[in-house]
Amino acid sequence: MAKAWRFPAIDKNHRIPTFILTPLIRAGHPIRYLEFKFAKAIYDLLMMTKQPGTVMEPSESKRTSEVCYHCGEDCSTQDIQHEDKHFCCEGCRTVYQILNDNGMCRYYDLDEQAGISLRGQRKEEYAYLDDTDVQSRLISFTDGERTRITLYLPQIHCASCIWLLENLYKLHPGIQESRVNFMKKELFLTFLESETSLRQIVETLASIGYAPAINLGNLDEDKRPLVARTFFYQLGTAGFAFGNIMLLSFPEYLGLDSGTDGDFARLFGYLNILLALPVVFYSGRDYLRSAWLGIKHRELNIDVPISLGILTLFGRSVFEILTQTGAGYLDSLAGLVFFLLIGKWFQQRTYHHISFDRDYRSYFPIAAHRLVGGEEQSTPLDKLQVGDRIRVKHQELIPADGMISEGEARLDYSFVTGESEPVHLKEGEQVFAGGRQVGQSIDLVLTKPVSQSYLTQLWNDEAFQKDGDTQASQLANRVGRYFTMAILTVAFSTLLYWVPRDIGVAINAFTAVLIIACPCAVALAIPFIFGNALRIFGKHHFYLKNTQVIEAINQIDAVVFDKTGTLTDRTHSELDLLGDPLSQKEKAALQTLTHPSNHPISVAINRYAAVDQPLLPSKSWSEKTGAGIQAIINGQEWRLGAPDYMTASLPEAWRNERSTFLQIGNTIRAGFVIRYRPRRGLDRLFSFFRSLGQVYLLSGDNEREAEAFRPFFRESEDLRFRQSPAQKLAFIRELQGQGQEVMMVGDGLNDAGALRQSDLGMVVTDNTNNFTPASDAILRGDQFSRLPDFIAFARRSIRLVYGAYAFALVYNIIGLSYAIQGALSPIVAAILMPLSSISIVLFGVLSSNLIAWKMGLTGQQIDQKKTIDKSHPAT
Amino acid sequence: MTIIFLLIMLSLIVALGFLGAFLWAVRSGQYEDDYTPGVRILFDDDKQTENEH
Repeated sequence: MAKAWRFPAIDKNHRIPTFILTPLIRAGHPIRYLEFKFAKAIYDLLMMTKQPGTVMEPSESKRTSEVCYHCGEDCSTQDIQHEDKHFCCEGCRTVYQILNDNGMCRYYDLDEQAGISLRGQRKEEYAYLDDTDVQSRLISFTDGERTRITLYLPQIHCASCIWLLENLYKLHPGIQESRVNFMKKELFLTFLESETSLRQIVETLASIGYAPAINLGNLDEDKRPLVARTFFYQLGTAGFAFGNIMLLSFPEYLGLDSGTDGDFARLFGYLNILLALPVVFYSGRDYLRSAWLGIKHRELNIDVPISLGILTLFGRSVFEILTQTGAGYLDSLAGLVFFLLIGKWFQQRTYHHISFDRDYRSYFPIAAHRLVGGEEQSTPLDKLQVGDRIRVKHQELIPADGMISEGEARLDYSFVTGESEPVHLKEGEQVFAGGRQVGQSIDLVLTKPVSQSYLTQLWNDEAFQKDGDTQASQLANRVGRYFTMAILTVAFSTLLYWVPRDIGVAINAFTAVLIIACPCAVALAIPFIFGNALRIFGKHHFYLKNTQVIEAINQIDAVVFDKTGTLTDRTHSELDLLGDPLSQKEKAALQTLTHPSNHPISVAINRYAAVDQPLLPSKSWSEKTGAGIQAIINGQEWRLGAPDYMTASLPEAWRNERSTFLQIGNTIRAGFVIRYRPRRGLDRLFSFFRSLGQVYLLSGDNEREAEAFRPFFRESEDLRFRQSPAQKLAFIRELQGQGQEVMMVGDGLNDAGALRQSDLGMVVTDNTNNFTPASDAILRGDQFSRLPDFIAFARRSIRLVYGAYAFALVYNIIGLSYAIQGALSPIVAAILMPLSSISIVLFGVLSSNLIAWKMGLTGQQIDQKKTIDKSHPAT
Repeated sequence: MTIIFLLIMLSLIVALGFLGAFLWAVRSGQYEDDYTPGVRILFDDDKQTENEH
């Protein structure tokens, strides 16, 4: 339903040549505000374009009567006509009316049918936003008069969204400014407290289809910018100094200064020192600090030889310049730091729409309805106490463990377990946090606080206490250790050799060894090769948290799968039919019946009943949530749903079947048993993983589908069912206790502990905009069968790094042969050091791309459609 | 040749100006969202509705 993104309005109002702008933007060219303003001004000037006064109406011919004017969805089930437009549901029509009344129909001109479908969306209640405690935790700044807040709107997907949200002030008085950050899907708002309130604004947003995702996780999030700005300051400063020092060193390179009396040389030298100071002590700060920490902990990490190189370069250069014995190596120094920082930048790949660090708080709402003397009261979750009575309404999440005191629960635990079938519970029974109620409201008495519930206490496990986020690369540090020892040996041997002969040459050669051996190339190999691998994976919707994950992939010798969702294919279910096969006529009617429903079972049956016929006319279609659907087709009543939804009695033989039944008129016609089949390509996948080591299956589910998976495993012990979240975690720990490096592949919240404990936690999801538990890697479901390719590529990337190291060694030997003779001239250093860095980078990136191409991993998949998925689970 | 001293100083000042511009651009958040501004610039101010307010 999401349309491919088109560039907005250019052809209509501006006639800026799309062939210039669009490719630039598609290619990800960062066209910033000023550049754009400039380009547009020049273009307007050249063409003397007059803006057309009215906006052109989009061509009517494109819109058939069956597509919703607002969201572009099919109107075949419900067609509401308003003025001359068609809408698929009441919600869409309301949004249109709101926009129309405020003269904001421009929204529909930028992108046709840009709206977000409101079909099946429930109305959220935002009473909790009046709570000052909640407010103060959401708001980023307030002076009592003016308030600023950043809201996350996962629905943002097109230019129309940006336009509408940035013109929010027309819709809602009191809003002073609203700005969209498209990449982060965030809306930055400034509003006047005297004229409006946070709750009113959020309600307005929800009324036009942009309900902000507000959850517990937002509350305590630190509001740091996505990319650390300090890093860019450092990079900019280093680049600036590098360029200027090079320029000032030119006379030295070319020997131009011989004619004059050395005034220039002196001036240039002093200027170079001045320029190099911020490079060493600001841009290179992190390297020096990391090396110092390493030494303090008696570890020789890769930053130790780098810092040694930087400091020696700086010290010797300053000495040479001040004593006027030489020109120093400051150009090499600035270049070295600059290249290192570029490597760091290349390595930092951030996926804007993906978050790797989420816990249950990102799933849970902020507030619940607490019952106080029969009255509902919106209460923040962390103020709920054991013994409180709360009311959980249709489609709301159960925030903490409790006991049902009133009503009948149908709980959808798919968030937690991945299991889509709702669980039926009666009064007096225990319910666990994380379930979503479907149907009527229920009242609960809480038996545990939010943080101590069955699901949430998983996060109290020590696995979540450890800070697994060490940024340093294991591989680089291991190499760094040997490297440091090797160069220190060479340096001191050189010193020992020269001291009895010539003290001057001795110091000269000693420092030269430290300078030339600085492992710039070694330090660059990992960022560039792994950074490139990350980029290639990203194109194939395999997102890694950072480059260390690639090293972790290489170590894996045990793989643990969670069955539900991970190994089964949700989009391709199989149906077993009970009873006689359906005729074409019956199928056509069944197709009509199931068409309007979004329930997974209806969708599956609809797919089964698909016949090449138009939908039949139907009357009084209705859906009873959690029970079934019904309609009158061809004068007969058709019912589809759970056994207790049937009005006729079930045949004896089907009494014990867990299935969905179809009733036509007064007879039960058939039953459908839905089975999700294993994902495609599992054979190849499992034989690949068996070649790596052990393969296990841990499922929170019962043994119902065990048989389907048995053939993939060696022993029956490797399959375990009915595993609780804590048991999964313990199992991973047990494997690790046997010295295995474990990769956990999961999807639900109940895997969160195992994912965190494992050496490599991977989440498989069909929609990357969905919330996923904290993990090291996220893989989109349809790419699952390519996992062996990804892993093979990661392993080759590691081998490439070793290749790059060998390359660097050659340079070092050449450089050292000069250095130990004490004959390292600044010009040799100035050539050799950048040359080695650049050739390593080129070697790494080119060969990495070549391997990817050979493995069929190139070719950008352009599917904006998938990434701008409008659908989003209500939180 | 002493003019070189002046020229060098001038060139450094110009370069520092550009460094300052870069730091300002980072500071003002221009590198945090490189998509929206490009779209935003193409929206024209809607004069008609503006007048209503």
